[in-house]
Amino acid sequence: MARGHHKIFLGMAAGVGKTYRMLQEGQAEAETGRDVVIGYLEPHERPATAQQAEGLVTLPRRGISYRGNRVEEMDLTGILERAPELCLIDELAHTNAPGGLHEKRFEDVNDVLAAGIDVYSTVNVQHLESLNDQVSELTGIRVRETLPDAVLASADELVLVDITPESLIERLLAGKVYRPEAIQPALDNFFKIENLSALREVALRQLAQDVEAKRLPSESGLALRPGSRRERLIDTQAQQAIGERLLALITPHPGAQRIVRRAWRSSQRLGAELDILWVARATPTAEQSEQLEALRRLASVLGAHLLVEQGDDVALVTQRVARERNITYLLMGPPHERGAIARMLRPSLAMRLLQALPGLDLRIVANRTRAAERDIPEIEL
Amino acid sequence: MSWMKREKQPNAPYDGDKRILFPFDAHGLAPSALDAALRLARSQGGTLVPVFLARVPRQLPIDAALPRQSQLAVPMQDAVEQRAAEYDVPVDSRIERGRSYRHALRLTIQSERFDMIVLAAAAGQGPGFNAGDVAWLLANAPGEIVVLRPAPTSVIAGG
Repeated sequence: MARGHHKIFLGMAAGVGKTYRMLQEGQAEAETGRDVVIGYLEPHERPATAQQAEGLVTLPRRGISYRGNRVEEMDLTGILERAPELCLIDELAHTNAPGGLHEKRFEDVNDVLAAGIDVYSTVNVQHLESLNDQVSELTGIRVRETLPDAVLASADELVLVDITPESLIERLLAGKVYRPEAIQPALDNFFKIENLSALREVALRQLAQDVEAKRLPSESGLALRPGSRRERLIDTQAQQAIGERLLALITPHPGAQRIVRRAWRSSQRLGAELDILWVARATPTAEQSEQLEALRRLASVLGAHLLVEQGDDVALVTQRVARERNITYLLMGPPHERGAIARMLRPSLAMRLLQALPGLDLRIVANRTRAAERDIPEIEL
Repeated sequence: MSWMKREKQPNAPYDGDKRILFPFDAHGLAPSALDAALRLARSQGGTLVPVFLARVPRQLPIDAALPRQSQLAVPMQDAVEQRAAEYDVPVDSRIERGRSYRHALRLTIQSERFDMIVLAAAAGQGPGFNAGDVAWLLANAPGEIVVLRPAPTSVIAGG
């Protein structure tokens, strides 16, 4: 049996219109004569959304007793028995109440797809597992319900439902998103222009990354997206035509892997080559050699180039390498705090690089691991 | 959760900083096993060494770049480090490649310093190592080995 087609409607936050758009497209499919049902809908008491669902068959939910309350979950068995052509399922990242077949709704959706049923579903970008840390840092709010990135990556279609942060706040104020009593708390917490702008950027980048991923040729026997009907465009020449090249400046210590991974993600978005540079003052210690070997293996798998250059002045060597290799974007770890006298005597490495290479974008990769903060040696100036 | 434990061999490498190897592959990793590894690392003041095992298809050179598997490995490594930060456990991540997962595992235990290996046994179609790989590891790897059977539905996967 062919696996169902999965289309995900991705948004930056609640209220952008993901569910509405999903229902709209479901209605359009139903109009063409397809058997479309609503497997689970979270209308959030939004009249326009409820109106959009009218005319579509809504399958009954499954009632579960949980901690003395009755909660309603999607009825996976009911959907599989009904076997529609297309099933609309809201809130992909939802965690089911105990007692169901699966812990998470995306696992239910996987069963529906495996049964050959097409699925339209919705999710907000802050639920993506790999972005959880980044979103938490941007908004100060940590999302508990997360969705593995692989679910998004394996979708056949990804649709970004996008409105400006200003429009979303207007919708919120007009009572189109939450009940009146919930509006002010929402404005005070999550729904701030700066939060929404940051999330919007993350959502747009995620979509761009997904488009890039579709362009990558498959080099592996690993079936990442079994049964996927998406076209794969092999066009690496075009990707590199924009001429970006990244350099990750590291020292051989465990935290360097994170800088390299972050640089690789950026290089993937830009379709750019990635170089990794360590400027060594002396022969590496045993520990440095071990870390260097680990970095070499990481670079090899990622398709990056690890360079080890000897030199006493990191800024000068980096400057030379950046010019020789036409680097446009440099990533490095955060500098350690320096005393006022040291700052007066010599500018930081980042400042020296910015002055010496004015055409270069510089990004400081934050270290969010508390344990690692104790151990990261400073890049030798 | 069931587990087996083998006594530490006297010649196992140990230089004061306990290193706990946590291998996983592209099929995902079990959060329960990861949490167990992190609890062990925290209780022993050790470092977690999560190792992503990459499989190189026969038609490719053994040192070929693996962009598709990198797309899985990078978010998984990031997820492991995020979880480790919650436990305040230092992490020293690795990627090892091989013609098969067992081959990559063999190269890992040859090249890495470690005191303990924590790995998840596969439960059904979930992530983890099959019985053959676990038996091979118990017979061939030095150091303590903790084998955990994860909950079958819970997976951290890459993207």
